[in-house]
Amino acid sequence: MNKPAVDQTRTIDRVNATLKQRYNRERRFRRFGLAAVILGLLFVALMFLNIISQGYSAFYQTRILLDIEYRQEVIDPAGERDPATLSAADYAALVKSALRALYPDVKGRGEKRELYGMVSSGAALVLRQRVMSDPELIGSRQALWLPADDDIDMLVKGRIDRNAPESERRIKNRVLAWVEQLEARGAIEKQFNLGFLTGGDSREPELAGIGGAVMGSLYTLIVTLLLSFPIGVATALYLEEFAPRNRWTDLVEVNINNLAAVPSIVFGLLGLAVFINFFGLPRSAPLVGGMVLTLMTLPTIIIASRAALKAVPPSIREAALGIGASRTQTVFHHVLPLAMPGMLTGTIIGMAQALGETAPLLMIGMVAFIVDIPGGPMDPATVLPVQIFLWADSPERAFMEKTSAAIMVLLGFLILMNVIAVILRKRFERRW
Amino acid sequence: MSNTLLILILLGLMALAYRLGMRRSQRLVGGPGGVRDLHSLPSYYGFFTAIWCGLPALLVLFLWVSLQSGVIRDLVIADLPEAVRTLPPAQLGLVINDIQNLAQGNIVSGEVSLEMERAAAHYQRLRQTSFAASVVVVLSLALLGLSVGWRLVSPKFRARNRVESVIKWLLVGCSTIAIFTTLGIVLSVLFESIRFFEMVPIGEFLFGLDWSPQMAIREDQVGSSGAFGVIPLFAGTLLIALIAMLVAVPIGLMSAIYLSEYAGARFRAWAKPLLEILAGIPTVVYGFFAALTVAPFIRDNGALLGLDVSSESALAAGLVMGIMIIPFISSLSDDVINAVPQSMRDASLGIGATHSETVRKVILPAALPGIVGGILLAVSRAIGETMIVVMAAGLSANLTANPLQSVTTVTVQIVTLLVGDQEFDSPKTLAAFALGLLLFLITLVLNVVALHVVRKYREAYE
Amino acid sequence: MLSITPDTVALGAARKGVITAGFSPVADDARAINGTVGDITSADPRMTARNVNVYYGDKLAINNVSLDIGVNEVIAMIGPSGCGKSTFLRCLNRMNDTIDICRVEGEIRLDDQDIYDSGLDVVPLRAQVGMVFQKPNPFPKSIYDNVAYGPRIHGLTSNKNDLDEVVEQALLKAGLWDEVKDRLDEVGTGLSGGQQQRLCIARTIAVAPEVILMDEPCSALDPIATARIEELIDELREQYTIAIVTHSMQQAARVSQRTAYFHLGELVEVGKTDDIFTTPRHRLTEDYITGRFG
Repeated sequence: MNKPAVDQTRTIDRVNATLKQRYNRERRFRRFGLAAVILGLLFVALMFLNIISQGYSAFYQTRILLDIEYRQEVIDPAGERDPATLSAADYAALVKSALRALYPDVKGRGEKRELYGMVSSGAALVLRQRVMSDPELIGSRQALWLPADDDIDMLVKGRIDRNAPESERRIKNRVLAWVEQLEARGAIEKQFNLGFLTGGDSREPELAGIGGAVMGSLYTLIVTLLLSFPIGVATALYLEEFAPRNRWTDLVEVNINNLAAVPSIVFGLLGLAVFINFFGLPRSAPLVGGMVLTLMTLPTIIIASRAALKAVPPSIREAALGIGASRTQTVFHHVLPLAMPGMLTGTIIGMAQALGETAPLLMIGMVAFIVDIPGGPMDPATVLPVQIFLWADSPERAFMEKTSAAIMVLLGFLILMNVIAVILRKRFERRW
Repeated sequence: MSNTLLILILLGLMALAYRLGMRRSQRLVGGPGGVRDLHSLPSYYGFFTAIWCGLPALLVLFLWVSLQSGVIRDLVIADLPEAVRTLPPAQLGLVINDIQNLAQGNIVSGEVSLEMERAAAHYQRLRQTSFAASVVVVLSLALLGLSVGWRLVSPKFRARNRVESVIKWLLVGCSTIAIFTTLGIVLSVLFESIRFFEMVPIGEFLFGLDWSPQMAIREDQVGSSGAFGVIPLFAGTLLIALIAMLVAVPIGLMSAIYLSEYAGARFRAWAKPLLEILAGIPTVVYGFFAALTVAPFIRDNGALLGLDVSSESALAAGLVMGIMIIPFISSLSDDVINAVPQSMRDASLGIGATHSETVRKVILPAALPGIVGGILLAVSRAIGETMIVVMAAGLSANLTANPLQSVTTVTVQIVTLLVGDQEFDSPKTLAAFALGLLLFLITLVLNVVALHVVRKYREAYE
Repeated sequence: MLSITPDTVALGAARKGVITAGFSPVADDARAINGTVGDITSADPRMTARNVNVYYGDKLAINNVSLDIGVNEVIAMIGPSGCGKSTFLRCLNRMNDTIDICRVEGEIRLDDQDIYDSGLDVVPLRAQVGMVFQKPNPFPKSIYDNVAYGPRIHGLTSNKNDLDEVVEQALLKAGLWDEVKDRLDEVGTGLSGGQQQRLCIARTIAVAPEVILMDEPCSALDPIATARIEELIDELREQYTIAIVTHSMQQAARVSQRTAYFHLGELVEVGKTDDIFTTPRHRLTEDYITGRFG
């Protein structure tokens, strides 16, 4: 053959000489990429497993079966059934005597205190509520499942090691023996904990619930939605459909893009300085929280709404304008309805963001310890993520379980919102 | 909430105005048959009347509500005895708080004096007067507006154009909220910062090596005089951000490359959304994970290796923050990698490059500006991230580069300084705003640069 | 090394026999439509394609095409858009592998090697069969790095001096050296369109391939730049085997020795370029060349 061919043989030989090495490198690169993906997925799995394994048990509560005698002389010595008397009565004494009846041979102050400590202080509240709603109970006897103390709860749920030496365990041997007696009799068991979902916060882990935080989150989100959706959609409509291209609209656009990346805590500072200190709105109120979150989620909603408007083909606008509709009529009758699913999807995603946000709400005082369940957007309240933050700070072992369970509820809401957004997008997605 | 009732009444009036305006327009042209003689549809005349009725009244009500508490406060203060009026602002604020609580029948912190009672009664009276006045003003304005709007209705009147221009101005108004937000952020942080810099020199703030904001509140209290040097906070912030980037950039970038270049369609279809879950998890959850799982894990394993690891180590916070940022880096990289035109890949493959050679030597260099922009955005996010560090990083400022020790960050300090009881004028509280200003400026610069880089990159391939 | 296996010869001969058996100067469609008019073989073939079918998903894009590409010749592939000429070209160095839904059947050989053999490695194949694309696609790197890319990844040179030499030779052959020798560090994307395309040709040459495939290399260029590229192709013919897909019949006539006319995924007619343009034998070819469609 001619000269170049010889040359080329040399080329192909040289190519083949390094080929093995190059393929090794190819494989390594590929494996590295796969490892990165798997590592990422592992983190997801790890977090979910960690939280679920810690938190699932909070949906159950350990309760002890006690034979309660509603003694007249303790509750209502005068026998007048006056609600004020009934409300102020010493129901804890009833619980204590029921416990004493169970273990008659317990003597000594220290021992007695340990015995009484097995039942939560919330048990007295349960009794009071029962008597208040039905005074006829006074004088009768009743077997009742009453909530156990958080340490007993942890023991029964296996979070405290029974085989550990007494000095390293929060439960004394004596108490452990009592619990085992109760277990043998079937007088202690785990029951579904409705109070966790409906109750307010409490210093006692076994009584603490997320009901107040959920309501606070709900009010905050309603305020956020009512403000951010109309404002966001209106801004997107203006920028996309009406605004002339000039310095002013450029400025607005740059602003929106930057606001999307401003740290959330800065919005909290704004809320503190403007809404609370300048306008004098109340601290800890969902109204203010919602206003701060509105400013924070607006960029998300505006950007998503603009994308939805951009996706509506110009032919639709031309068709409407062509038969004599005004610009406004075109937009409100034709463009907006077509863009609405996309806008709603963006809004739901913005709301999910707002639901998970914590930092700016700390700035405006939604971090207080609030037992009452808020009844409106002006009542002091906390929200679910802040509740998680507060509980995560508590030293009690039992609060860790509560925190994880609250996270499960929060993640549940977020997943639900995202699923709705995905369905909405799938359902109404249009290809032009 | 009597204002709610007022607003409901206003809405009712607007509905009435709508009907009246519509009826009038129809009557003027002699019933539904004459609608063609109208310039606009009857409903536009209705809207026009309703706008005249509602808009001015609502605006006035809004202004009234936002200004009344300040005015009433000033009036109450003006009526207080001289001794109370000249109190420092912080204590005066407490007194006013007490008065307000007293007026609303809440529990009061201090003892209730006769003057306080009087002031509370005064406060209560002022509030009632103010509300009554607002009802009168707002409602008469609404009725006046209604009659004006109603009178203006005539067949030649261009109601549609008027209504549309009102709508347009409403839209314009909404779009300015973004600007007002930025302005609000800048002004609110700036004013407090200026007051802070009157107390602490700006040079000391920016270049000081010590941070211990504990101040003596009263003259006689024993305590440090406070040091406000921001350097250790920034060192801590950057240390944690650096660790986060070391985790997030390789994993995020490589998984984006793997998913867009190598993975099969089915693997991608489930791996990508699963990875994106990480982006949707609230930061407080990451904080919990960092503080109660990762930090003890690192501390215990460090102890096994004979290392002294703080239980609030920068490593734990940085690691978890890195995990949080993985999907951020990976989705931005994914966008950027997909923007590299197919012709580049073809050219490289057509010469006989392997897939990884194409990625490493052609696609990545071509995508580099976009990736750098994405990383800058991620850094800005890491610097501004709050909950993870509040829960997992330390509180005391510590100038160190050792990731096993505890450091604190700018955001942690903002939260600690502002959560809980605060006096609004102490340098301690104001320092939080100065930190906020610094944080805002730094993230702003990062964002502007990053967005610019990304935009330029996009334009290069469009 | 360039010998054809007996099978291939037999197949080629058989096919030739069928085709040459009954053609008339202007073939009647009924007989010629399923086979290729003219001689698909080459005296000294470098690549041989036999009975190639290409599918995109379920869609048949190339139907039963057989064609030889001879050593040191320029073969032009022409035809209306969507006729499959580019698809066929991309089969020759397996660039179609990058399209997931694309499937190739039949046999394509480079010298003795079946390039669709399952054991064959596309990396050395593409080093031997280089490709120049429709749109100039220099990497966003310096001119030097663009040309040095191939030698570097294939490890063709062992030191910097050799690499410099390879880059200079490639740029010289591509006729670009004089224009860029003083600014090798500048970004390749900063050159004019024609220069960019010559840079891409230099980048391909730098690997010293045996075959160069060109997919409408001038479609994005102005007439002057096109003329430069055409000159270049003529010069390159002495050292390389070139297959070029083109939209322009004039270009095919100017640069090629043989021309293949594709129509709706079929190879309609092959022949010496002069013959095809002066005395086309198939009616479709004639219609296309005389501008009745296309």
